[in-house]
Amino acid sequence: MDNTKLDINQIFEIIKVDFSELIDFTEGDNFILVSHTKWYEIAKFIKNDSRLLFDYLMCITSYDKEDKITYGLAFNFKSTINHSYLEIRIEVCDEDSVPSVTDLWGSANWHERGAFDMMGIKFENHPNFKRILLPDDWPGYPLRKDFETPEYYRGMLVPKDKTYWE
Amino acid sequence: MKFKEISALNKFNKDNIVVEKLDTLINWSRSNSQWYFQFGLACCAIEMMAAAGPRHDLDRFGAIPRASPRQSDVMIVAGTVTLKMAERVKRLYEQMSDPKYVISMGSCSNSGGPYWQHGYHVLKGVDLVVPVDIYVPGCPPRPEALIQGLLELQNKIRTESTLGKVE
Repeated sequence: MDNTKLDINQIFEIIKVDFSELIDFTEGDNFILVSHTKWYEIAKFIKNDSRLLFDYLMCITSYDKEDKITYGLAFNFKSTINHSYLEIRIEVCDEDSVPSVTDLWGSANWHERGAFDMMGIKFENHPNFKRILLPDDWPGYPLRKDFETPEYYRGMLVPKDKTYWE
Repeated sequence: MKFKEISALNKFNKDNIVVEKLDTLINWSRSNSQWYFQFGLACCAIEMMAAAGPRHDLDRFGAIPRASPRQSDVMIVAGTVTLKMAERVKRLYEQMSDPKYVISMGSCSNSGGPYWQHGYHVLKGVDLVVPVDIYVPGCPPRPEALIQGLLELQNKIRTESTLGKVE
């Protein structure tokens, strides 16, 4: 095992050996697109492989593709052993669910709950899968582009414009 | 000599008796012991803590923080009231014993503040949930502003009539 910093092309070549059909990488991009079906196996590989050793999951970001079907996740990894960085993206439809990686990286626990809370992406095998910030009976997922603010929440008025005060 | 004639001391120069309305006595004690409820919701709470600290010293007005709604007279709603928190604020208000007063501190609890249009999760003014006596503007208000709000509340309490007729 050498401790040299790997760039995204080298990382892609290492992952491609075992998971060639499941990952996608465009020259010039700084992320690797991964299919959600075998995401847990790939995650295990990039954590345990002696050349990669991505032991630190820094952040999970969710995003809306604005076609009202596809929602994305961006995982940012760092290896504290060889100091390389990696961004992995997963794009799923509304009815798909992504395997949870909470048992590999503990920081995934709250981040995945946050992605579900705000963007409505579902995760499988999560130890405590529920909303993290909003109340459990909140309608919809507020960071989706087509989210409409409810008129009332538990009898409390949520005014949408200035006319309420005029 | 003339001063002695108009002074009340002349009338009561033998014993220590002062004649006043009982309302005045009650309001006097009540307005100078506003124990406020020690809880903060957002950045306004930092200013509330600064007002309670040694430099601005709310203690000199008889206002000391209490960590229980049962023992407090004033609730200072310091910060953004989210819809999730609004129910808790209402419950805490209902747990306080009468007479109880509410100071709404800062733009957020006055009217939603910077979240008034796009904040899907923010209550647009705490007065939608609990009755408010004093509004303190500012984002966040300086401790002096909160102290002025507290003094305005003292003036309001002094004009109240607990025993007399409600008009």
